[in-house]
Amino acid sequence: MSDVLLDAAPEQSARLGLIDCDIHPMLASRQALYPYLAQRWRDHLESYGPSARQPFVDSPTYPKWTPALSRRDSWPPTGGPPGSDLAFMRAQHLDPLNIETGILQVLFPSAKDQRNLDLGAAMASALNDWQVAEWTEPEPRLRASVAVACDDAESAVAEIRRCARKQDFASVFMTPRMIEPMGRKRYWPIYAAAQDAGLPIGLHTGGNNGHSITAGGPASFYLEDQHGNAMTMQSALSSLVFEGVFDMFPTLHFIMIEGGFGWVPSCVWRMDKHWARMRDEVPHVKRPPSEYVRERVWFATQPIEEPERRTDLLELCEWIGWDRIVFASDYPHWDMDDPRHAFKAPLSKSQQRAVFADNARAAYGL
Amino acid sequence: MGFNLPEVEIAADADQIEALRSLRPIDCDLHPDAPSVEQLLPYLDAHWREAMVARGIDGIGLATYPPRTPLAVRPEWRGDKGGGADDVNTLRHQALDRWNTSVGILNCLHGAMAMFGEDMGAALARAVNDWLAREWLDREPRLRASITLCLRDPVQAVAEIERWAAEPRFVQILVLASGDMPLGRRLLWPVYEAAQRHGLPVGIHAGSANHYPTTSTGWPSYYVEDYVAQAPALQNQLLSLIAEGVFARFPKLRVVLLESGVTWLPAFLWRANKIWRALRAEVPWVDRPPADIVRDHVRLTLQPLDAPADPVVVQRILTQVGAESMLLFSTDYPHWQFDAAPLPDGLRADLLPALARDNALQTYPRLKEAV
Repeated sequence: MSDVLLDAAPEQSARLGLIDCDIHPMLASRQALYPYLAQRWRDHLESYGPSARQPFVDSPTYPKWTPALSRRDSWPPTGGPPGSDLAFMRAQHLDPLNIETGILQVLFPSAKDQRNLDLGAAMASALNDWQVAEWTEPEPRLRASVAVACDDAESAVAEIRRCARKQDFASVFMTPRMIEPMGRKRYWPIYAAAQDAGLPIGLHTGGNNGHSITAGGPASFYLEDQHGNAMTMQSALSSLVFEGVFDMFPTLHFIMIEGGFGWVPSCVWRMDKHWARMRDEVPHVKRPPSEYVRERVWFATQPIEEPERRTDLLELCEWIGWDRIVFASDYPHWDMDDPRHAFKAPLSKSQQRAVFADNARAAYGL
Repeated sequence: MGFNLPEVEIAADADQIEALRSLRPIDCDLHPDAPSVEQLLPYLDAHWREAMVARGIDGIGLATYPPRTPLAVRPEWRGDKGGGADDVNTLRHQALDRWNTSVGILNCLHGAMAMFGEDMGAALARAVNDWLAREWLDREPRLRASITLCLRDPVQAVAEIERWAAEPRFVQILVLASGDMPLGRRLLWPVYEAAQRHGLPVGIHAGSANHYPTTSTGWPSYYVEDYVAQAPALQNQLLSLIAEGVFARFPKLRVVLLESGVTWLPAFLWRANKIWRALRAEVPWVDRPPADIVRDHVRLTLQPLDAPADPVVVQRILTQVGAESMLLFSTDYPHWQFDAAPLPDGLRADLLPALARDNALQTYPRLKEAV
């Protein structure tokens, strides 16, 4: 049994300077964004609110499992929702886990899912200014991700160029559930701009495209929504491969976040197999899919895989490549992973260095 | 062994093929060419026959399986008309004799399964099943078939199950991986009740009615993406069956995932168990770990096996899958899924009897009488 190893883990992570690829900052309230928005959009939000492709005014399509999707002890004593207080985030997360660098992923409000594209663009700019002013400037351990209105490539490109001038940004934030699959040409200007700026795409689970969350219709439960993230990631990766994004943008990298990584080997084997059979349909895909994935994609750990046989986890990492796996906590959400306990199987020292720091350093060019 | 191998264009490990042949395998996934509307006319009643002719209805093969793709038919199996097996002789020669198959289960994927109009869908499904019985089952004693269903109207789907319940050569019901609603939904439970009552496993076959985008990220550009997306689609459906409580309500129900890709199963089960531990209060009728439920109720056909060439990895992933009990031999004829033999390098020889035969006999109660 690995109890000994679990006991040993805190010491390991305390020694390591940890890189956490998924930390969620949160606005204290919608109004906290107003200093960064033009009056026109403040008025709009006050009257009409955001415009999402979902049934409810102010709840996700599948209501979450905990208030604010967060662990119960993450509500700051100063008031405001989890993830809204930098001092508390330092005390609860950054300091005790010895986090050297944390990559911010802003999920709410979602600039990229706005049906009103001009509102989305304005929200994206505001969220980026907010991240810099209230997070990355006061806390140099944190790096931001560029929020963009993905479905409006023109504004997204402008926003990436604007933000890339600052060192505060480490990636461009996208999600797999956009109105078209990731690899479709409408998104290529975004990839061109990210590549030019030397920023990887942080592809975080989520998005609200109005499509059913399965190809066979809308599932019923949050449990299915949650697990479905792993299925959606497979389609996102498949789209990037078969649309030819990796050939078209030869120095662009992707980090797939919060979809787990157990699905990766089977998905890649499947793509290789059917690419070999049907490559005449996709002549622009020059090499076996596995090669692109191996060279250009990293996979974040959370929610960590928990096989019934613990050693299967090590085999899984072996198949994907120990150099392609990056640690993510998902703080402060309810299903976050604590780096001290996440891996239920023993990692060697070099594997720990790779997963908890070195791989992310390479992925984000830190 | 004394078997006359038919002319083999397919390079294969001769020992492995001989071992398979000597076991007289049960092939759980064979595809006849879907019948055209014209072929079905004799099996439609007067109303629908007139409707088909008067409206010029044709071309209702499923777009989810375009017949001319490289995947649809192995090149040397393509007939004069460019398709696969359009008659029983072809299938007998190319599939049954080749592997010395003792029993083969026909799965006929047809546009009936994707029809929005529930009466036309039900009428076409009835015609397909009559056509299967007369043109295939009556002509080859080794063949069995699945009852092709249109689920748009569960009441008519149940009636179709009842119509064939006394016919032992129909051994399963057949539905598409992606149709109108997640398969666990309670609206469909009468179908499962009938299937359980008559000892018919639910065969869920890769394929989409294309009623929704083929991925949760929207419509992809290419067919290869649609096909790759069948694996996550089946994952979603398996999860739906578990989460909605189908197996708790129907404890004797069996599900067979046909043409699933197989190797996603272990990681799917790890995640299903993990999320269930956290969220089980949302689905209180799921009273044990999803992996245990799946091992008791679900089986998967072998081809295609999404795995690398390395036999060491194949052996490891098959161990994780639990091939000794979970997998059913299939060739997926005439789809072009394997290059050499229908068994992967890395399959342990001692698993072959279970895979080739015993697991299928455990899964399909109606085969026991026949074999």
